[in-house]
Amino acid sequence: MSTSTAWIVLGATSVLCFGVKLLGYYIPEGWLAHPRLQRVNALVPISLLSALVVAEGLVVKTHVVLDHRLAGLAVALAALFAKAPFPVVVASAAITSALVYHLH
Amino acid sequence: MTSAPRATSRDALSVAITVGTYGVAFGAAGIAAGFSVLQTCLFSLLTFTGASQFAAVGVMAAGGGAASAVAAATMLGTRNALYGLQMAPLVRVKGLRRVAAAHLTIDESTGVALAQTPRGTHAMRRGFWLTGLGVYLFWNLFTLLGALGAKALGSPASWGLDAAVPAAFLGLLWPRLTTTYLRVVAASSMVFALLVTPWLPAGLPIIASALVAVVCGWRER
Repeated sequence: MSTSTAWIVLGATSVLCFGVKLLGYYIPEGWLAHPRLQRVNALVPISLLSALVVAEGLVVKTHVVLDHRLAGLAVALAALFAKAPFPVVVASAAITSALVYHLH
Repeated sequence: MTSAPRATSRDALSVAITVGTYGVAFGAAGIAAGFSVLQTCLFSLLTFTGASQFAAVGVMAAGGGAASAVAAATMLGTRNALYGLQMAPLVRVKGLRRVAAAHLTIDESTGVALAQTPRGTHAMRRGFWLTGLGVYLFWNLFTLLGALGAKALGSPASWGLDAAVPAAFLGLLWPRLTTTYLRVVAASSMVFALLVTPWLPAGLPIIASALVAVVCGWRER
């Protein structure tokens, strides 16, 4: 990633995310009340976060690659099942992944 | 019995500190994706909506294009508009204060405000501002610490940072999966994203997965 790309992503993301927040304070209440829109909007974060889990954990460029990251994700999943707090989930995944990376 | 304003403050502060510490993970993710410490901190100061920030740096880390990164982040941010709709009649502010209220409108500030409903409008407003400002303070502080820490550590894979990012997404997803139906939507989205991965440029499968949300949400169940 070039420095200018990084600045463009930062700038555009910040402007658009703030714009969307501000929109909520200016649009009339009825506009987003359509049940279909609300149902889809409730599911969008779930779909995107799910896709991000696999895109970050199981993919390199455009290939599905199972490597040390998968071990980290498996431990994160186990930690979530055990109701571990967020920092523990992330840290245990990182430690496991790093161990597998070095031992492999 | 604790007084109502104090109970609200306690709710706000505990949420702010807990959520703020997630900023360490974002700071590390920003550096792992190739952003500078300054850029990573500016994300938290200016974008200030966790899932969107993770998405933007996550797509770039996955080798995706700038447009995919920005689109994924913005789509994840649209729920804040719905929160704004609910918070606008509550906070009732104009001008610069409205801009500040909009910037602080995120999952946590809205959540704490709505949780204060039994304590009345005054407590809701107090919950919104205290949580928003508290999360802002801790989120940015911990982003800086995470970014500096990751910078000092060096190679992302060597320290497991490349697994910390998907684990963070899993951690953000987990509490949302409250029903079997939502778990099916999540699993379908994962399978869909993996299936289209070989056929689309890097980053686009993430955007494309929103189709699963559209298809599932189109009809009433």
